[in-house]
Amino acid sequence: MYSKPTNNAKNELADYTLFLADSSLLMGHRLGEWTGHGPVIEQDIAITNIALDLIGQARNFYQYAAELISDGNETKTTEDDLAYLRDANEFKNLLIAELPNGDWAFTITKLFFFSTWQFYFYQKLINSKDEQVAAIAEKSLKEVTYHVRWSSDWIIRLGDGTDESKKRLEKAIAAIWPYTGEMFTPAAFEDNLKDSVSIDVSGIKDDWLEKVQSVFAEATLSVPEKMWWQSGGKNGVHTEHLGYILAEMQFMQRAYPGLEW
Amino acid sequence: MKIKMTEQTINSKPAALSEIREVWNILSSVNDPEIPVLSIVDLGIAREVKFHGEMLEVIITPTYSGCPAMDFIAVNIKQALSEKGFKNIKITHQLSPAWTTDWMTDEGKQKLKAFGIAPPVSKTFDKNYLETIEVECPHCHSLNTKLISQFGSTACKALYQCNDCGEPFDYFKCH
Repeated sequence: MYSKPTNNAKNELADYTLFLADSSLLMGHRLGEWTGHGPVIEQDIAITNIALDLIGQARNFYQYAAELISDGNETKTTEDDLAYLRDANEFKNLLIAELPNGDWAFTITKLFFFSTWQFYFYQKLINSKDEQVAAIAEKSLKEVTYHVRWSSDWIIRLGDGTDESKKRLEKAIAAIWPYTGEMFTPAAFEDNLKDSVSIDVSGIKDDWLEKVQSVFAEATLSVPEKMWWQSGGKNGVHTEHLGYILAEMQFMQRAYPGLEW
Repeated sequence: MKIKMTEQTINSKPAALSEIREVWNILSSVNDPEIPVLSIVDLGIAREVKFHGEMLEVIITPTYSGCPAMDFIAVNIKQALSEKGFKNIKITHQLSPAWTTDWMTDEGKQKLKAFGIAPPVSKTFDKNYLETIEVECPHCHSLNTKLISQFGSTACKALYQCNDCGEPFDYFKCH
């Protein structure tokens, strides 16, 4: 058990937990948009299974964040409040998670970069001094291992496929690459929790890059030259796409507060 | 079936031990909604049973984070226990240590196979569990099978096909 944080540290822990919850929720929601639209039924099922894993992971983090926020407060916050009643500037997800799906190559590229990041991130996070964060990471890591494998297979298949599939994949990589830098640039709440909860995210960049390079090599692709990085997601500064997702995702709870299935 | 000895079970009167056994027996009658031949004990979803005075606590763990059956399983546990006269029941969800197919009982694996689902082949501490493995066809027992998709009808299964008898089948993934 870690020592009970002071209020300020607890707020930062809630922010940190929300950053992980929001990133998984948005990526899961985007993948879920493929339901019924996959290229073949097996892959339709696969991508929606991955979406389900991510939304499940998000729920675990939201439940924990709700507990932290509710503690000592008269008004109780629930996981649904956090997912459905916050505005875009309160979301802390990585920008890569909110990008539209584009074609199959674009979606696969987003998922491959994201899952590989999750894989190394959670591998560190299972050693967090915060027991609940560590437990969620431990649970999620097993699922993410399968996501990395599945998306790597697709990168190889499309990259080392036809001229058309390779062209589309290269286009997707060039467009998404600037969004990967944010994964390894810590926000203030990550830096401040470094000793108690968080992990040194910059340390996993080399592992991530090595994995990407090895999969790209097999896919006959090359890693883009260094370019400038997009950032802002962790601090609530988002692309224009997030508002549209939230409008759809949150509509029911906003229009009919407290609605249950 | 393993009964975990907790402080409560040790310090309780002997009668409580038989009650704990009874609870485990009842839990063995609660089936997984998606794989109805397996009980939640076979699958390793039911983790621990504790008595706190009058209150009975059952600790369960999800197979996958997004498992949509967890709430339904909790309702079924409560129902099965209250039918046998237990009243004050608390269901606790626990994430760590994370659920693994290593906890599946041998009886459970046999039942899976008889139901037409290939049981998990290796143990997760075997580092190669994600690599290509030989999965036996639950219908004709051939090892000449191929992976169709890593994700099947539920999160815990992959889709395979037998090259000999031609039948597609579900494989319960190592996790």
